[in-house]
Amino acid sequence: MDSKKTIPHSEAATLFNKNKERVNWHDETLWFVREKRDRSAYQIPEWELLRETASKIKLNVLSNIHDYLVEFETNAQKNGIIVHWAANAEEHNTIVHSILEKHNIKQMVKSKSMLTEECHLNDYLAEKGIEVIDSDLGEYIVQLRNEPPSHIVLPAIHLKKEDVSETFHKHLGTEKGNIDPQYLTESARKSLRNTFLTRKAALTGVNFAVAETGEFVVCTNEGNADMGAHLADVHIACMGFEKLIPQRKHLGVFLRLLARSATGQPITTFSSHFKTPREGKETHIVIVDNGRSEQLGREEFRNSLKCIRCGACMNTCPVYRRSGGHSYHNAVAGPIGSILAPNLDMKKNADLPFASTLCGSCTNVCPVKIDIHDQLYKWRQVLVKEGYTPSAKTIAMKTMATVLANPMVFDIAGKTGRFAMKNLPGLVNNKMNKWYDQREMPEVPEESFREWYKKNGKATKGKKDEQ
Amino acid sequence: MSSKESILQKIKQNQPKEPIELANLEPLKQTDVDILEQYKSVLKGIGGDFVEVSNYNEIINFVKQNFDTNKRILTTLSELSEIANLDWTKDDPHSLQDTELMVVKAHFGVAENSALWITDDLMGQRVSTFIPQYLAIIVNKSDLVAKMHHAYERIGNQEYGFGTFIAGPSKTADIEQSLVLGAHGARGLTVFLME
Repeated sequence: MDSKKTIPHSEAATLFNKNKERVNWHDETLWFVREKRDRSAYQIPEWELLRETASKIKLNVLSNIHDYLVEFETNAQKNGIIVHWAANAEEHNTIVHSILEKHNIKQMVKSKSMLTEECHLNDYLAEKGIEVIDSDLGEYIVQLRNEPPSHIVLPAIHLKKEDVSETFHKHLGTEKGNIDPQYLTESARKSLRNTFLTRKAALTGVNFAVAETGEFVVCTNEGNADMGAHLADVHIACMGFEKLIPQRKHLGVFLRLLARSATGQPITTFSSHFKTPREGKETHIVIVDNGRSEQLGREEFRNSLKCIRCGACMNTCPVYRRSGGHSYHNAVAGPIGSILAPNLDMKKNADLPFASTLCGSCTNVCPVKIDIHDQLYKWRQVLVKEGYTPSAKTIAMKTMATVLANPMVFDIAGKTGRFAMKNLPGLVNNKMNKWYDQREMPEVPEESFREWYKKNGKATKGKKDEQ
Repeated sequence: MSSKESILQKIKQNQPKEPIELANLEPLKQTDVDILEQYKSVLKGIGGDFVEVSNYNEIINFVKQNFDTNKRILTTLSELSEIANLDWTKDDPHSLQDTELMVVKAHFGVAENSALWITDDLMGQRVSTFIPQYLAIIVNKSDLVAKMHHAYERIGNQEYGFGTFIAGPSKTADIEQSLVLGAHGARGLTVFLME
């Protein structure tokens, strides 16, 4: 994926917006998920206290993460788990490959792991001649289509059932034109059941790792992580080091928040706690850094490491809903992805913090209270300072600064603008003006606020004084 | 320097210098709900079913009436030997793939999300609650707690190799947000609420 040319977010969003009906559908579908989240949250009177508590636990984790990691490794090893450490994506991929090679395994089943997306593990293993099948239904669909997931919780949310029907017809031989989700899911169930029964290795993600006990928790609705792990000889679990929580009892806080924030469910169907390997089998944990320790050192951005990957910020984001996950060219899309991505590659991801209206809805729904929209704003400043923004934008901003700093210039600019919009609409309502994309320009007011205030300000003030 | 050492060193250097205290979970435990009623309504809401029973005979009768007893039915409970096989816990887990119904017992259930806590000593095999076509779990009414905080209080330092919360049947909405029960695991979950 890295080798492919990255299309900037705004350009990708423009392409996504070509099909108006589909964009509206995408927008509404995600808003529907956001509404489910709201209904679920409102049923918990202590919801805000729960968010605050989760936030505090995560802040505690970040401030002690060195010791928690050492504690977790010691306890996991006591439980018979083999622990690996990977400084970056490449080392992560090499470790996974070496485990498979040791067991002479050529095929692996995988449940959802955004970390392996971040590391491009599937591509790496394919090059080594190892076949990986993604078993989460949404991931399975996008994998068959040779696409990345467009959402961390709902990987195929950008597709309609007609698309899935076509994909399954081509790859699984389902009836052409049968778009019944029940029928399509059943077909995938049959195909993947065979996969689960024949794979010797299963890879899963990790939702939470408990320092106190050395166990890790994996949450799914489908049961695919468990079907893979409990039938395989080797279970590999990959985690970014920020997945750590201090004690078992803290799981109670996060399991209450995760599914409610993600899809509005009270909890995922399965919340599986893996502590020891099955008798005679192997469990490996790969703890990955890949830029996280650097983000930890960026004081203004370190709180992004509190993220529990629920996707609530994506479902609520007006930009994500109308631009689609793929426009973010990063394993994690949406608002949270836009504050994580610049840390990984500032040049490649310089466009992402600008893919936001800074409306703050993401911050309001975040279950661990990450100040997402503030961080988006702060990233913009860093990126401009470091020279990663387009020069046209810099010039425009400098011009704007001059205009805003000088009342006389501001006045003239306003008058000129109003005159042009009224008498020469073609000058602004054209393709060159990005603000005109997808929207009409507003009606031109007769006068500026300043002009109005000069006439009426005193009179209003006087009236107030009389009262 | 190994990757472990270099990662840990970098973390130590970059983590906030002021340690932040852990949060108190006690205020989150307050509750005044009717635990049994909430359990039932939440379970229904997520696609599960419940049957109130006072003894194992009622469970046996329910299974006979609602499931095809000619198909493979397994359990870990000797009380159910009339309808289910008990001799499978040492078998290759792959051989459980033709199981129609699995009946096991949970330690306890949680009212706020209808999840049932079950560990490998009650499962027979770890895959047993995931691989059957249908799943039935018995829980004592007196073993229901209000919230997840009470659940972990109850789990405490319990030793297990594997444990899981199960809430409803396996499901997916990955095709256009249409809910389908029976993704990879059980297509249906019956909870026997025992007096």
